[in-house]
Amino acid sequence: MRPEPVFGEPWHAQVFALTVHLNETGRFSWPDWAARFSATLAAHGLNKALNGGDDYFVAWLETLETLLAEDGTADPAEAAAVKDDWARAYLDTPHGAPVRL
Amino acid sequence: MPHDHSDHDHPHALLPPDPALRVKALETILTRKGLIEPAALDEIIDTYQNRIGPQNGAQVVARAWTDPAFRADLLRDATAVVADMGFYGRQGEHIVAVENTPEQHNMVVCTLCSCYPWPLLGIPPGWYKSDAYRARAVREPRRVLSEFGVELPEDTAVRVWDSTAEVRYLVVPMRPAGTEAMDAAALARLVTRDSMIGTGLVTAP
Repeated sequence: MRPEPVFGEPWHAQVFALTVHLNETGRFSWPDWAARFSATLAAHGLNKALNGGDDYFVAWLETLETLLAEDGTADPAEAAAVKDDWARAYLDTPHGAPVRL
Repeated sequence: MPHDHSDHDHPHALLPPDPALRVKALETILTRKGLIEPAALDEIIDTYQNRIGPQNGAQVVARAWTDPAFRADLLRDATAVVADMGFYGRQGEHIVAVENTPEQHNMVVCTLCSCYPWPLLGIPPGWYKSDAYRARAVREPRRVLSEFGVELPEDTAVRVWDSTAEVRYLVVPMRPAGTEAMDAAALARLVTRDSMIGTGLVTAP
């Protein structure tokens, strides 16, 4: 029997690890994280039943973005600009080459 | 990635989905500020992808089945005894073991998010995180169990434990009949993830 993958997408693993690492470096407590994440899940689940896959990690990411915006670590405008930089880097990088900012 | 559109052959790297780019943006900002170690992120992913999983919990269950003193200690203070076996750390700060008996079947849910005993079971499966399971496990546990193929005798009570960020539960399933000759290592191979969440039973080979 082949076990199902722990993370469905690479970015699920990335955002998970980022959150665990920030918790361990003392950026926030886990109960605080769980309370915030629960609130996001509840808000997202109002309009549709979440399947526990991609939508779960979308809610997870939104929670982390909000937390880091609130504590001043990652300003939303800066995050949007860096995201655009990454998108451009992907589009400007030849297929197969490593993508760097 | 399949190249399934004939009119476009991707001369550039494939653009990841929007959330993936948002995660990369956060990583970049935090790395520039010196707040994260990229190597630490890789270590965390490797740990949960490759090293921590239900095989840990299965060792605990098999030992409880074969060692009465250990079983008593486990039911009294699971956090300490599983830490002695090397299973501690993130999301394992306070673990409570609940034992299935002919009188009571235990099952675990996290109604608010997805709290789960990571050191013993790894990262929860998708269904554990779904709204459907989280909402229905408490409301109609027997129906949920039957969807997992678990049919319990009428007179077995079902107790549902709601995990929190502070307390996580490990179900100790019943040892199946016909396994008296097996040692702990062989028994551990019978213990499934779902049986330790309470949505499965352990069956003899």
